[in-house]
Amino acid sequence: MIWELDFALLLFMTICAIAAITVKDLLHATIVLAAYSLIMTVLWAEMNAVDVAFTEATVGAGITTVLFIAAIARTRRSSSD
Amino acid sequence: MMENVVIRTVSRLAVPFIQIFALYVIVHGASGAGGGFQGGVVFAASFILMIIAFGTANVRRRIDNRGIMWLSVIGITIYAGIGFLALLMAGNFLEYAAIEAVLGIPHLHGILIDLVEAGIGIAVMAAMVSIIYDISGNGEESS
Repeated sequence: MIWELDFALLLFMTICAIAAITVKDLLHATIVLAAYSLIMTVLWAEMNAVDVAFTEATVGAGITTVLFIAAIARTRRSSSD
Repeated sequence: MMENVVIRTVSRLAVPFIQIFALYVIVHGASGAGGGFQGGVVFAASFILMIIAFGTANVRRRIDNRGIMWLSVIGITIYAGIGFLALLMAGNFLEYAAIEAVLGIPHLHGILIDLVEAGIGIAVMAAMVSIIYDISGNGEESS
């Protein structure tokens, strides 16, 4: 456990988590959520939870992003701002 | 997207390796990181790559909704069958040692763990591919 690396990862993770719920465009939010999931994967692996890290990488960064993008592709933009 | 030769060639090269890696993760799950769920999701990711590269209709022609339904049923039947087999042999649910003690075959529990992991992998892969089919198609043939 290197505390500088931990601090940087947690900082980026918090920034990504806040950005994912505040950003306007849904596609941008999905990509930021994938980045959050990737940083979370590194954190799990650093905490020696390799199984959880694997699940986070496959489900969080892989399947969820594809499902969100496929769902967004079926929606229409209602506001024009 | 269908005409892009780079995407098609790269995915045609990458899909077998992704599937081999998924099978490795499923088999390796008893002794290391990984397992049935992660392997099934990785296997479903190879189907997603095929859908992105070749379109939903081409992948549906190889495995349609009925085949996906059968794979899901087969996977959950393997898992629950071994679980209830242990229950029949006076053990708890999924207690492999009970089956091993009754049948008298040494190291049977390792094989049973691998079978259960394979069942979980098949079921998870089928469920994920079913969700992707339903959400990525344009409405036709969605049963």
